[in-house]
Amino acid sequence: MTALIQIQGLCKSYGTFQALHHIDLEVNAGEVVVVIGPSGSGKSTLIRCINLLEDYQGGEILVDGEKVVRGKALAKVRAEVGMVFQSFNLFPHLTALANVALGPLRVRHMPKREAEARALALLEKVGLAAHAHKLPGQLSGGQQQRVAIARALAMEPKVLLFDEPTSALDPEMVGEVLDVMQNLARTGVTMVIVTHEMGFARRVADRVIFMEAGRVIEQAPPAEFFSAPREERTQAFLQAILHH
Amino acid sequence: MNLLDTFFNWPVFRDALPLLLQGLWTTILLGAVSILLGFVGGLVLALVRLYGPAWLRTITRIYIDVFRSIPLLVLLVLVYYALPFVGIRLTSFAAATAALSLVSCAYTAEIMRAGIEAIPKGQFEAADAIGLGFFSSMRDVVLPQALRIVVPPLTSNCINVLKDTALASVVAMPDLLKQATQAQALAANPTPLIGAAVLYLLLLLPLVRLVGFFEARHRAATR
Repeated sequence: MTALIQIQGLCKSYGTFQALHHIDLEVNAGEVVVVIGPSGSGKSTLIRCINLLEDYQGGEILVDGEKVVRGKALAKVRAEVGMVFQSFNLFPHLTALANVALGPLRVRHMPKREAEARALALLEKVGLAAHAHKLPGQLSGGQQQRVAIARALAMEPKVLLFDEPTSALDPEMVGEVLDVMQNLARTGVTMVIVTHEMGFARRVADRVIFMEAGRVIEQAPPAEFFSAPREERTQAFLQAILHH
Repeated sequence: MNLLDTFFNWPVFRDALPLLLQGLWTTILLGAVSILLGFVGGLVLALVRLYGPAWLRTITRIYIDVFRSIPLLVLLVLVYYALPFVGIRLTSFAAATAALSLVSCAYTAEIMRAGIEAIPKGQFEAADAIGLGFFSSMRDVVLPQALRIVVPPLTSNCINVLKDTALASVVAMPDLLKQATQAQALAANPTPLIGAAVLYLLLLLPLVRLVGFFEARHRAATR
């Protein structure tokens, strides 16, 4: 079986600064991959290339066999790839329900009633059915991020990308978002997660990827990754974040 | 003859009132049509200016600069008195509407562009990530938010257009000012001019107040 996401020789630069150096990476359907690394290591850039929020200069990305490039097919690929942002990026003028229903309504051309029924079911799933008619500004950060997850799920994507989903949250709200993500992982959703939550990575990931300076340094199942990292740089990074 | 009889002569005012009201209606109609055309055109211009191909962006930028620079009165005179030499003969209403909306277009475009540019990048990315196309992104995500931001400057622009309709009196447009000056000539008394000034104020003061209200509300919302 071919992988759901295939990345080959991915290169990305900002002017003269090369952010990604020949990244090769595959993600299988149903797999949960956590990407960690110091800030500026290119991990966010990497997942933002998967739905082409960032243009890349070299290499190739395939999502479910479809090449991710500018053009007519791009919106179709993007509809198959859900994304959850660090800063939620909910649409502030729309209710939670309308935020979730918008994609199915406009991209899938689903009838309004059906789209809203589905949106409500998804809000239920993330524990926010009671807040369906509130605007994002009336919700806490954790609640907003859960709405954002529901919004991404509404498109029934083949893969969900998480770009530091808990980094902008107050500490007491991190748990509720990670719980939702963990539940998703259990139901077999394919996920690529950039995060600094090591406990979560250990519990939920099928595979942990360590990046530094635009390169994949090491990848392994979490048990192995955290207990016996092979690379010196991985060891130094884990040392620094786990013992402070 | 005392001051009251000269400037606030009731019988003169009463006689002139039907004419003044006709003029007011023409002014409102001219203003409304120009504002509407200016808004639609300005929105299209702003989108082209931001997202069009490079050559079109250049053209719209030149258009916007030119029509924000040219004095409206000069444009109006050009449209009404110069175009007939190349065979384009517009009625005074059409000439005034054309001049007013061409200029309003340019200002509206700049206002809308500022509004769209004020929308955080994350909103565009979220719309992209869902797979919304350009038009849906604009209609459902970007423009509703941008419009909210630009309501105060947009209302200011409407006020300017309504005020500038008075210039149309130079191309024989029977607007409020023109009717007032005619009534004044007829009655040999300036009361109709005072009446026109009062009608302009009644029309525009609430709008000016409205801008203040929108701005206060915006300040409260963004605090």
